[in-house]
Amino acid sequence: MLSYAIRRILIAIPVFIGITVVAFVFVRALPGDPVKMQLDPTHLTGPSAEAYIENARAALGLDQPLPVQYAIWLGNVIQGNLGYSYQFKVPVTELFADHIGPSIQLIVSAVIVALILGLVLGVVAALRQNRWADYVIGTTGMFAISVPGFFLGLIVLYVFGLRLAVLPTGGMNTLGVDGDVLDSIAHTILPAGVLAATLVGPYMRYTRQGMLEVLDQRFITAATAKGVSRTGVVIRHALRNALVPLTTAVAVQLPALVAGTVLIEHVFAWPGMGTLILDAVAGRDYPVLLGAVLFTAIAVMAFSLFADLAAAILDPRIRLA
Amino acid sequence: MTDASRDVLLRVENLSTQFGTGEAASVPVQGVSFEVGRGEVVAVVGESGSGKSVTMSSILGLLRGTTGRTIAGSALFDGEDLLTMSERELRRIRGAQISMIFQDPGMSFNPVLTIGRQLSEAVRVHDRSLGREQIRTRVRDLLRDVNISDPDTRMGQFPHEFSGGMLQRAMIAMAMINKPRLVIADEPTTALDVTIQAQILELLDRMRRDFDSSVILVTHDLGVVAEIADRVVVMYAGTVVETGSVTGIFHRPQHPYTRGLLASRPQLSEKKDHLFSIPGQPPQVITEHVGCPFQPRCYVGRNEEACGRTRPLLREVADGHSASCHYTDRVVPVRIGAADDRMGALHD
Amino acid sequence: MTETTSGSAATTEAPTIWTVPTTTIAATQRSPRRAALQRFLRNRLAVAGAVFLIVVTLAAVLAPLITAYDPNAVDLSSYQLPPSAEHWFGTDESGRDVFARVVFGAQVSLSVGLVAALSAALVGLVLGVLAGYLGGVVDAVIMRIVEVILSFPALIPIILVVTIVGPSLPIIIIAIAVFEWGTACRVSRALIMSLKEQNLALSTRALGATPFWMVTKHFIKPVLSPLTVVVTLLSAGAIQLEAALSFLGLGVRPPQASWGSMLNDAQSLTLLEGAPWMWFFPGVAIVLTVLSLNFVGDGLRDALDPRGKR
Repeated sequence: MLSYAIRRILIAIPVFIGITVVAFVFVRALPGDPVKMQLDPTHLTGPSAEAYIENARAALGLDQPLPVQYAIWLGNVIQGNLGYSYQFKVPVTELFADHIGPSIQLIVSAVIVALILGLVLGVVAALRQNRWADYVIGTTGMFAISVPGFFLGLIVLYVFGLRLAVLPTGGMNTLGVDGDVLDSIAHTILPAGVLAATLVGPYMRYTRQGMLEVLDQRFITAATAKGVSRTGVVIRHALRNALVPLTTAVAVQLPALVAGTVLIEHVFAWPGMGTLILDAVAGRDYPVLLGAVLFTAIAVMAFSLFADLAAAILDPRIRLA
Repeated sequence: MTDASRDVLLRVENLSTQFGTGEAASVPVQGVSFEVGRGEVVAVVGESGSGKSVTMSSILGLLRGTTGRTIAGSALFDGEDLLTMSERELRRIRGAQISMIFQDPGMSFNPVLTIGRQLSEAVRVHDRSLGREQIRTRVRDLLRDVNISDPDTRMGQFPHEFSGGMLQRAMIAMAMINKPRLVIADEPTTALDVTIQAQILELLDRMRRDFDSSVILVTHDLGVVAEIADRVVVMYAGTVVETGSVTGIFHRPQHPYTRGLLASRPQLSEKKDHLFSIPGQPPQVITEHVGCPFQPRCYVGRNEEACGRTRPLLREVADGHSASCHYTDRVVPVRIGAADDRMGALHD
Repeated sequence: MTETTSGSAATTEAPTIWTVPTTTIAATQRSPRRAALQRFLRNRLAVAGAVFLIVVTLAAVLAPLITAYDPNAVDLSSYQLPPSAEHWFGTDESGRDVFARVVFGAQVSLSVGLVAALSAALVGLVLGVLAGYLGGVVDAVIMRIVEVILSFPALIPIILVVTIVGPSLPIIIIAIAVFEWGTACRVSRALIMSLKEQNLALSTRALGATPFWMVTKHFIKPVLSPLTVVVTLLSAGAIQLEAALSFLGLGVRPPQASWGSMLNDAQSLTLLEGAPWMWFFPGVAIVLTVLSLNFVGDGLRDALDPRGKR
């Protein structure tokens, strides 16, 4: 297992480099003085500003060839220096730290709900293949992947938030109410629910496909011939094998999940990374935007890696690859 | 006399199984009857498509939930009909009183679970009172019994870490772990190297004697039959054409198909230009038909009206020896060393 | 031909009289294309999807003929009217007819979707064929690039691009294509790699054909079929991406209508509740179009490769 993990991480390194190269291309493509992005704005005024900027220019290697600039920039990034926000005059990483929590809350809730639902529905669809339940589940899944998350958000907001007024229409908490868990949950239900809805379709499809393939295998019959009950066969044998394609599903859906989060946060005024990004667009806050591009790509890459490792834990044959 | 007094463990009578419905239906097993006695090794012989495996699956009710259904017959195990048992009762028998060994051991184990876990499962589903250590000990003992060295390490390994022969031995261990009265081995050596085949057969033979089990050995290999079987059941086109003791079948076959099978074996002691083979092909999809299914290929009954008109039933021709043929007296006995060119001549 | 293993009966070629008569012999004589077409037509959902797509495309192309209203004509006297016989989908907050805007909006959404998908598929095809055929370093490099591209959630870098250069349709199309060619590349590569090993490739090479000849004559054709499936699914994704961008205000410039931007117009809570027809209909249009594309894509996939699906 360890050797597989190491191998997998080694494969991820070129991808990491590639992502940073793309990000660096963006850095150089930005309008404006690249120096200003990296500098603490408090030092940019006053008499010593000129000298400070010149020093920084040299430190960033702006008179050096591009590869050197890239290396310096990359070194900064690895140390956690993503520059300073134009709008808020604070380090970009600080902004991220403030906004990542709410986004994680949304994403984690959504993924958990979607995994459970997707798993159950996928298993049911596979066990009742080509019967009524299968078609219903399958078509619902099709709908789920065809409805844009933000449109579903609007609908749900309209029905539950406005018309029926049973759930709040936005934000993480009702104003003035802090630390009330129920209130927090009520606010989370709609956005997390919509996000989960966009994930259930693919999760269900992968699970169903995985189950169908497993149920065809000889060892399923062998287990039945041993005297294992139908439930035992489905859970202990079939499902265990079908979980592997599900981890693939999670990994494949990650980019869409991140994009969806941005949109949902917009609809529900959720103070997470998505809102930060969109505010940065309005304020042309390039350091933040660039940081977001880099950060989200690295996050997706990292979680793909985790998904692969999870699959290797579930299926020992993968460790040989 | 009752089955018990005659020491009959399993009596299959007139078993028929159908797949699909309506026009697309096929009946790969029709009217199959045979017996398995206590402590006997019964070989079920036939080529691919003869219905051997389907018969075995039907007996254990493994077709439930697929498009296959038993439409007639009975399978009495200790007096109780397996075919009409509830799923729960059958589950108690599967893996405990009757266990099954499958053809390709690589496909018969769950690739993501350790061998130890899968063997423990076989024990646990039948006796929930046993503690973990007790189960582990039992698994360890069985693994040692089948000559798998270092069983503790092996128990924690996955199927892909075992060789083919070793896996089949583990499968045998799993089949015997609950001391079954009957073991159904469906072509246990077909997927293995020839050199391993002998080992596996020997192991199977030893285990069944140690545990006092009967064995149904499904195979298409007559050499295997000669080695360890006591009795033989010959199947063709979904039905039984002959049953008898090994010596009876091999020396005095009563059915032209059996005779043809025996003649097809290459004999090192003879020199031939052609190896004999039964002309024609077995039916691809078996439906209900009139007359003897073997007639188109049969040197005896090819032109006989009776063979085309009525289906011969299995009837006793000698003590413990039955065949389904109208003209058993015309089947040529086998003489060791005699040139079986005569079979070729009979077909021209 | 006789085969003998010890004891098993072997065969010669005498015909058997026991086989179930096959009525399907005629089937094998149809051309594969007709067979695929028939399979497709039997899939009701796929057919329904195809019909809808044709209708929507026609509506987009013939837009001025379908509606009498100018989608951009502001008419404050018809402010926010609910659907009626005069305004089938009602009017928006500037008095513009929603139905007209939906129909004209189709032009934007469909053209962006199609062009972006085709561009992505083309790039993906070329690179995939190169990677699959040449193998080795070229393959490794291209595959790494694909992995890098696929790690980016397409929306976010595109947001950055649009912020830098401003929203314009060509930019959006190019940006979408840049981030979407990965799947097309993988599919083409996988197919080329399997085709390479097959007998056709080996025998053509034995005849002395150059690689270029082989690729263009023999490899491209079989790749095109699965690629059409990829194009339909990519279009679905591209349409959703354009809608998302417009929804965020980063897509087409007002007053031009696009389904996504119409959803953007209905952002405030008052409009959301007060004039639901403003956002409901364009949203449904997106859903139905994407759904149709998915059905058609699935139907194509099943029609072209009926083995073991579903």
